[in-house]
Amino acid sequence: MNKKNKLILEVKGLKTHFTTKRGVSKAVDGIDFTLHKGETLGIVGESGCGKSMTSLSILRLIPSPPGKIAGGSVLFKGKDLVTMTEDEMRKIRGNEISMIFQEPMTSLNPVIPVGEQIAEALRLHQKMGKKAAWEKSVEMLKLVGIPSPEKRAKQEPFQLSGGMRQRVMIAMALACTPEVLIADEPTTALDVTIQAQILELIKELQTKIGMGVIMITHDLGVVAETCDKVAVMYAGNIVEHASTEQLFANPKHPYTQGLLNSLPKIHEDQDELITIDGSVPSPYNMPAGCRFASRCPYREDICITHQPNLINQSDGVKVRCWKYTDEWTGNRDKEGVI
Amino acid sequence: METAEKKIILQVDHLKQYFPVKKDSFFKPKAYVKAVDDISFELYEGETLSIVGESGCGKSTTGRAILRLDEPTDGKVHYMGQDILGLNKKEMRKLRGDLQVIFQDPFASLNPRQTVKQILNEAMAIQEVVDKPKRKDRMLELLGYVGLSAESLDRYPHEFSGGQRQRIGIARALAVDPKLIICDEAVSALDVSIQAQILNLLKNLQKQFKLTFLFISHDLSVVRHISDRVMVMYLGKVVEIAEKKELFDSPLHPYTQALLSSIPVPDPTLKRDRVILKGDVPSPIDPPRGCRFHTRCPFAVEKCKQEEPPLRELVKNHFVSCHIAEDLPV
Ligand SMILES: Nc1ncnc2c1ncn2[C@@H]1O[C@H](COP(=O)(O)OP(=O)(O)OP(=O)(O)O)[C@@H](O)[C@H]1O
Ligand SMILES: Nc1ncnc2c1ncn2[C@@H]1O[C@H](COP(=O)(O)OP(=O)(O)OP(=O)(O)O)[C@@H](O)[C@H]1O
Ligand code: SF4
Ligand SMILES: [Mg+2]
Ligand SMILES: [Mg+2]
Repeated sequence: MNKKNKLILEVKGLKTHFTTKRGVSKAVDGIDFTLHKGETLGIVGESGCGKSMTSLSILRLIPSPPGKIAGGSVLFKGKDLVTMTEDEMRKIRGNEISMIFQEPMTSLNPVIPVGEQIAEALRLHQKMGKKAAWEKSVEMLKLVGIPSPEKRAKQEPFQLSGGMRQRVMIAMALACTPEVLIADEPTTALDVTIQAQILELIKELQTKIGMGVIMITHDLGVVAETCDKVAVMYAGNIVEHASTEQLFANPKHPYTQGLLNSLPKIHEDQDELITIDGSVPSPYNMPAGCRFASRCPYREDICITHQPNLINQSDGVKVRCWKYTDEWTGNRDKEGVI
Repeated sequence: METAEKKIILQVDHLKQYFPVKKDSFFKPKAYVKAVDDISFELYEGETLSIVGESGCGKSTTGRAILRLDEPTDGKVHYMGQDILGLNKKEMRKLRGDLQVIFQDPFASLNPRQTVKQILNEAMAIQEVVDKPKRKDRMLELLGYVGLSAESLDRYPHEFSGGQRQRIGIARALAVDPKLIICDEAVSALDVSIQAQILNLLKNLQKQFKLTFLFISHDLSVVRHISDRVMVMYLGKVVEIAEKKELFDSPLHPYTQALLSSIPVPDPTLKRDRVILKGDVPSPIDPPRGCRFHTRCPFAVEKCKQEEPPLRELVKNHFVSCHIAEDLPV
């Protein structure tokens, strides 16, 4: 990654909370990251840790109520999206910043032909004429590898396979050549050959127009192949932030280590896959200390009483864990507990 | 799987599923998407058969046709010797207790107006599997299995993350003690550690209760872990079917070979060139003549353009539909 590239997105202390009758769910609880032109940031983490809510917050698409951005800022080319008017936001959404949603059926209109839906975005944002927008829409469907795009464009979402619907979303997100693309599990429904084709397409747009990409995925293979840097989330926080190489070569946070350990090995036969014992704390009732403490094999007393901060290490990796601070006693190791 | 005790639980014969497409003009003949076009296979009790293949090749349609969620165009499906397609609505509903499905799109398959408790309760009530007083305990057990907390019971589907919703779908399928589960991309929205937890769960339940899985997934490392046998589909046809190890170690069909070569590897030091299949992906509305793969196959010969290759048993228990499978470079 070229460090001199321009900063386009800066997320600072972002908090998104849901207020329900069960209490306040701190789905996103103080997130910081930056994205430069042409750069790809990966976001990984356990199901429910707040990845989708982070991205929906950036675009101000949190269902509200019960959701609310409870703090922080999102600077897009220097302007704070959090305080922008809804009118200004509409011009950015789907145009300068676009998003591939995790569940296509929740964001596609079920009764409008898919080509029509893409064309509509083009007419709205790019001020294209009816015919030109339709042609571009068909071309986009072709680019994402949908065969017979002219025919498919006229079909409704339910007539398409899961992977085709996902590609319709991708086509729609890329149609207006956004400066920032937020891709929330963009390839979950795609087989590896088409996945490769889509990732290639995204990369092409990155080199051509310098699009910045936030890639949310649980597929660590995709992370390894596409991301420059990675943020690992756990229970609403970032617990590790590192370059992709560093993350895979030397994962620091015990959660990251556990995650990499759980990968099914493609060239080995395992009877039982390795998991991380225990489960995440409830977002309604976060513990006072480290949020991973109840599952952590290294846990010391301080982990239970105090939450660690995300701290810069000498190698540039940031990690939220007491192990990497002066507070760490290492007593358990000495006693041979582990 | 021991060959001696193999019992067929599901038999699919010449299954076809055609969907009509809107005509461009009145004068053109009626067109169809041939989503599933004459496929046959069997499922043995207690095994996991995976279906893999390109997006749109007919995997979900196969699953839906077996359960009659879409009425098949043609063919036969037998479950434990019983002709499913001949059953009336009431008989079919009863059978749904045995045959469960975990849908690819969890959001669309969960009733948005029901809480998790209502969803699970309804499933158990319809199939009469758990006595009323014991249902609450059973629900908590199921949620625990899939890593969701007890407070989830009173929440609605939209209040969960994508992966959490998927796990609600899994809990619902398990709630009725089924014999066969069609898992359509059932773990695709889950991070690897939760995925591992669910896969371990499925394997353990399988061992305990002789559960059978028809496992649809594009994640080949998951397929490699969970399957006994693997079936590869291409454009509505079965192109290869074999025991897992055999298929991964010596794939015979050129499409399977290409598929296996493009698995992403979680190792950033291994940036490698992938085999991206050349040529346009053909459409099931107008599939190529002969071998359906010939338009993209690097080895295609004249015969491939003319004749449809039959599914042949080239090696014991290893079936492939390619004219020149025995002459391909390994
Ligand atoms: N409407 C809502 N009300 C209350 N809590 C919610 C609501 N929507 C989401 N949440 C909670 O917010 C948390 C974060 O959800 P989010 O969708 O961001 O997770 P995620 O990291 O994207 O997970 P996945 O990988 O499963 O998609 C979850 O614990 C979820 O249950
Ligand atoms: N209800 C329907 N009406 C019309 N066509 C349909 C319908 N359902 C599926 N199809 C078509 O059938 C074909 C097979 O779809 P199917 O959903 O089985 O694919 P798949 O193998 O599951 O793909 P994916 O991996 O993308 O989920 C596709 O061309 C699809 O457009
Ligand atoms: S802070 Fe303590 S409990 Fe948390 S991850 Fe580090 S060692 Fe484990
Ligand atoms: Mg999500
Ligand atoms: Mg499908």
